[in-house]
Amino acid sequence: MSLLDVNQVSMHFGGIKAVTDFDLHLVPGELVGLIGPNGAGKTTVFNVITGVYQPTCGAVVLNSGDLSGKKPCRITQAGIARTFQNIRLFGSLSVLDNVKIAYHFHATHGVLASVLHGSKHFAGEEIITKKALELLDIFGLTPRKEEKARNLPYGEQRRLEIARALAARPQLLLLDEPAAGMNTNESRDLVRLIDWIHHEFGLTILLIEHHMDVVMSICRRIVVLDYGRIIAQGTPDEIRANPKVIEAYLGEEVSS
Amino acid sequence: MNDVTKATLRKAWMRTTMGLALVSVLYLGIMFAVSGDAYYMQILTLACINIILAVSLNLINGFTGQFSIGHAGFMGVGAYVAAFLTTEFKAPFLLALAVGALAAATVGFLVGMPTLRLRGDYLAIATLGFGEIIRVVIVNLDRVGGSRGYTGIPSITNFTWAFSFAVITIMIIRHFINSTHGRACLAVREDEIAAEAMGVDTTKYKVMAFSIGAGFAGLAGGLFAHLLTFLHPSSFDFLKSVDYLVMVVVGGWGSITGPAAAAVGLTIMNELLRRFAELRMLVYAAMLIGIMLLRPQGLLAGRELALPDKWVEFLIKKLRLGKTKEGRSSDESA
Ligand SMILES: Nc1ncnc2c1ncn2[C@@H]1O[C@H](COP(=O)(O)OP(=O)(O)OP(=O)(O)O)[C@@H](O)[C@H]1O
Ligand SMILES: [Mg+2]
Repeated sequence: MSLLDVNQVSMHFGGIKAVTDFDLHLVPGELVGLIGPNGAGKTTVFNVITGVYQPTCGAVVLNSGDLSGKKPCRITQAGIARTFQNIRLFGSLSVLDNVKIAYHFHATHGVLASVLHGSKHFAGEEIITKKALELLDIFGLTPRKEEKARNLPYGEQRRLEIARALAARPQLLLLDEPAAGMNTNESRDLVRLIDWIHHEFGLTILLIEHHMDVVMSICRRIVVLDYGRIIAQGTPDEIRANPKVIEAYLGEEVSS
Repeated sequence: MNDVTKATLRKAWMRTTMGLALVSVLYLGIMFAVSGDAYYMQILTLACINIILAVSLNLINGFTGQFSIGHAGFMGVGAYVAAFLTTEFKAPFLLALAVGALAAATVGFLVGMPTLRLRGDYLAIATLGFGEIIRVVIVNLDRVGGSRGYTGIPSITNFTWAFSFAVITIMIIRHFINSTHGRACLAVREDEIAAEAMGVDTTKYKVMAFSIGAGFAGLAGGLFAHLLTFLHPSSFDFLKSVDYLVMVVVGGWGSITGPAAAAVGLTIMNELLRRFAELRMLVYAAMLIGIMLLRPQGLLAGRELALPDKWVEFLIKKLRLGKTKEGRSSDESA
């Protein structure tokens, strides 16, 4: 049984057909790459899955539950978390608070307990702090926990985005170009990290990435988009050898 | 409950106790110094009421990042409802205040619900319109004096009432902000799309912050009504809302201490400049321009005056709270 089913989704903005007839089925535990040239519609696919856009037609189904018409927060609560291509941290809040916020909807204490400083408030806040610190530790961000998120160097901001998404405790994690703007060393570390959390958290991951070495090294399956349509999918080797993909995206030098 | 939670709980209670002790000292000091002078007491009482207004407005504007410019309207709802209850029905003061605050919160909910789910500046426009509607409604309500004003309201609010409610307001909003619910509001302010993506129901928290803010404005209105014993629709028009907005802008977005201090400062300044109405507007304008140029986020943006952790821990240790007591009681039972 699949975790996520994207069935025949199209997303049109007026005359722009950003995504057309997109189909995707993810089995629990899979790590799938989504690649394609600039403007191919990759981020739009993420935005449709997470409810930022309502698709023009088609449906997104998670664990056999239809997500159509649901607000983004409900979709996250149902088990899908994401990062953003153009980093969207809570800039003037601390690194720790950034992660805590994603844990918010798991909190067990209500507004009244917090306002009256009941013991439920302290117990609840403590769990949140503990979980957030654990995640910061995994991502090597503990020394930065009190710093404002916007003051972190770029690479750490990218890592914080992933840590924050994990705090929502998703079943499915959507990563939108997590290695963008990183140098080879940084992106190699990131690959290791993604690989590790994939196994450690038993996650299903859908990954958009332009660094081909990243995608080819950790994804078992790759889906290629061009002009909003799937032009190929398969194993890294199949994708590398696919003439359509080479022409549309990879270019000659990669294949040779 | 585990030990860590117990320790946190102990520390929080110690902090509250110490805070209340300091506040009591402040209260006694003020009473000792100025209680003989009715005029000064009146100004300080007004300052406390303005603290409630500024701090609650900042929950909406500074912490949750919405833009309400109709705070005086909600104050008016609370003022007229509370005054009506005490004047016409001889209702107990606290009950009247509570109903006034609840009425304002409900109206806030009704105004916020349709407008807050939209992005952008709809709230500013809606609250602006709402303030005007409230004024027109009051003018046309003969039962509460209409445009002549509402007279004969019992004089109940004194410095002690206003001071206590200012302290309670600050405590409640502070506890709210320092919880996961407050962080949800901050997330909305920082980035609505990211907040939603992290599972924060942004509409819920915007409406919640807005209703709570409106409720406290209503509370302030009830106190105000029973201080002046006379209400006039013009006390709740757009220009009054601007006054409270200025307190927030000067005091600092996303702070409780800043707007509270600004509320006191500006209340006193308003009194000093009472006889020079034009000069007052000039001073206001100059002050705002100065702030915009030098410190656009306000004097104390995002900062708070709080008891240092060290002091709290020191006192807990000194008083040997917790451990020894438990030890002794188990000794006795043995
Ligand atoms: N809200 C929108 N309104 C109109 N057009 C949009 C909108 N969002 C995306 N598009 C268009 O849809 C197309 C696909 O954009 P998308 O951001 O999904 O591409 P992408 O594959 O993520 O590209 P990149 O690799 O540059 O991130 C582009 O032509 C873009 O201009
Ligand atoms: Mg993109």
